[in-house]
Amino acid sequence: MGERAIVGFVDALRRAGLPVSLVSSRLYAEAMAAVDVANPDQAYWAGRATLIQRPEDLDLFNSIYLAYWGSAAVRGMAEAEAEAESLTLAIDDPDSDTGDDGAEPDPDDDLISLRYSSVEVLGSKDFAAYNADELAESRRLMEQIRLSGPTRRSRRRKPRPHRRSGARGPIDVRRTVRAALRTGGEPVVPVRTRPRERPRRLVLLLDVSGSMEPYARALIRFAHAAVIGRARVEAFALGTRLTRVTRELSSRDPDRALDAAGLAVTDWSGGTRLGAGIRAFNDEWGCRGMARGAVVVVLSDGWDRGEPDELAEQMQRLHRVAHRVVWVNPLKASPGYEPLARGMAAALPHVDAFVEGHSLDSLEALATLLLDDTGMLMGEASFADAGGPR
Amino acid sequence: MFDDEVSGPDDIAAALRAHRYLPDDGLATAVFLALRLNRPLLLEGEPGVGKTEVANVLAEWIGGPLLRLQCYEGIDVGQAVYEWDYARQLLHLRTAEATGRAGTDGDRALEDELYDERFLVRRPLLQAIAHNDGPPPVLLIDEVDRADDEFEAFLLEILSDYSVTVPEIGTFRAARPPVVVVTSNRTRDVHDALKRRCLYHWVEHPDADREVEIIRLRAPEVSERLARQVAGAAVSMRSLGLYKPPGVSETIDWARALTLMGDDDLVPAQVEATLGTLLKYREDIERVIEHDLSSMVRSLAGG
Repeated sequence: MGERAIVGFVDALRRAGLPVSLVSSRLYAEAMAAVDVANPDQAYWAGRATLIQRPEDLDLFNSIYLAYWGSAAVRGMAEAEAEAESLTLAIDDPDSDTGDDGAEPDPDDDLISLRYSSVEVLGSKDFAAYNADELAESRRLMEQIRLSGPTRRSRRRKPRPHRRSGARGPIDVRRTVRAALRTGGEPVVPVRTRPRERPRRLVLLLDVSGSMEPYARALIRFAHAAVIGRARVEAFALGTRLTRVTRELSSRDPDRALDAAGLAVTDWSGGTRLGAGIRAFNDEWGCRGMARGAVVVVLSDGWDRGEPDELAEQMQRLHRVAHRVVWVNPLKASPGYEPLARGMAAALPHVDAFVEGHSLDSLEALATLLLDDTGMLMGEASFADAGGPR
Repeated sequence: MFDDEVSGPDDIAAALRAHRYLPDDGLATAVFLALRLNRPLLLEGEPGVGKTEVANVLAEWIGGPLLRLQCYEGIDVGQAVYEWDYARQLLHLRTAEATGRAGTDGDRALEDELYDERFLVRRPLLQAIAHNDGPPPVLLIDEVDRADDEFEAFLLEILSDYSVTVPEIGTFRAARPPVVVVTSNRTRDVHDALKRRCLYHWVEHPDADREVEIIRLRAPEVSERLARQVAGAAVSMRSLGLYKPPGVSETIDWARALTLMGDDDLVPAQVEATLGTLLKYREDIERVIEHDLSSMVRSLAGG
């Protein structure tokens, strides 16, 4: 296997959009030298072990691998593809929801069928076109949300200021011994520690389906501002499937971040299956640790194509591990709004705060809510005073 | 030396198998490369697919000590690398004072004594670096995703040049780099710089045939017949969309439990009684029972 072929393969991966670092490509060359390259399995696994570091990149890697190295039958590849498929959520038959045979005689049915586009829209729209006013306003918002966020006590400790009266807390032995040197081995002044505060993780779940389109543009800005402002933010797009957009949104340039998120979310303006999306989040990320003790913000209008029972169940699961769940619904601002959409009604019992998100003002209010949220205020603003189910 | 007898991934697979671990091709290749290129091996995957076990088995095979560092948020140098034995240091100071040396010798000499190696408590990372004789140790850094960024940055530094500097003493450098296995459950992304240092492998659930082999290897008392049924049940349960699909270690426990109950076949009553070894959520147990447990058992038992 020539050096040339190896470099060419890395190049092909990069052209396809896989970020392969110099370190990784050198490691790959070393690995190819170490294995028996005549054995297709070994050559394939040498590439997989060195060139990709995330299971999400597997599909792309496999397709480029096949295209570049030819159809060398590789045992590991079939499993890998089957795995990736199981993560993709099923898309309903386009006719099942809009059909007139009326499987479910729901009064909202007409409205729902109008709002759903049943097929997954795969072409990514360029949503970077923002008008000037909105841009200015959202920048203002960004500065606000950048400040801070709810904190929690960390397991890391820091020294207490010296000689504070009534200081308590575990003794910092290392510093105490150091200080004792000056007093002939007598630990006269014990140095104590106190817990540090850490910002709570903020997790944003953004509904990017068709019914959310007018708001999604503003909301994705919001997500971007949140990602930029704090290190501990995770953002996901909920559409016909769940897509993690944290990485795409973490670029410092908002416009480029928006473009990149547009690429990552293949179903921008498709239909929504909220329950399945939140389930995917719970299974893949949330319950394993990402949502534990975090503030989770769901941005959605609550129009769910899936089963309301599933949404209720998954929201309950999310609520059990999260510190607080905030649901932002742009429709809440409309006069006479009642959360009758099946999904919304099912989700509300498992939501700590239910707020509107139809305008930049209300997004600003949300930013303030997250700012004030020091963990003490949490229990109070419940959905009851925000128009919960009756 | 263990790696003289290794010429390719197949030898690794055979060696691990001899120590009762069944790697697939991908894992065997990744382990081979990690040993050959002296790089840490980063294993990610669902909980219960046997990531930690890889390190245990490697240590058994190589013959070096297994040094395990369980990560958690807030883990610091004192718990991961080294710490001074403060109690003994204080005692030493008091002795110096009692014998009247404290004032005369000056603080300088006393301080040097205080930071002598005998007061140094070595934690896993330093142990792994300072280990000098015999086969290299296997350093297991378990669940690195639970630690925080500060610790990751620190880990990266140590894994880059396999050396640790204790300001009061000097630099420890590994004569022979330890074999490093890092595991993550992916509750958050490990930093890219750390990932690039490592060889990466995503560990999958085994397919039914391999799982039968694993059960037989780990729990020889389980009959082939029961192992096959248990593995079949586990595979179909993983497709039910449970909160916590059963991992390999749970299926082994389950097969053991069923054997203890004296069964050679899956019997619905016994399955229900022992399901707690396999599933850890009430909702999951309900879902499996609802999902027509008896017909599943029948079809597996018949096959």
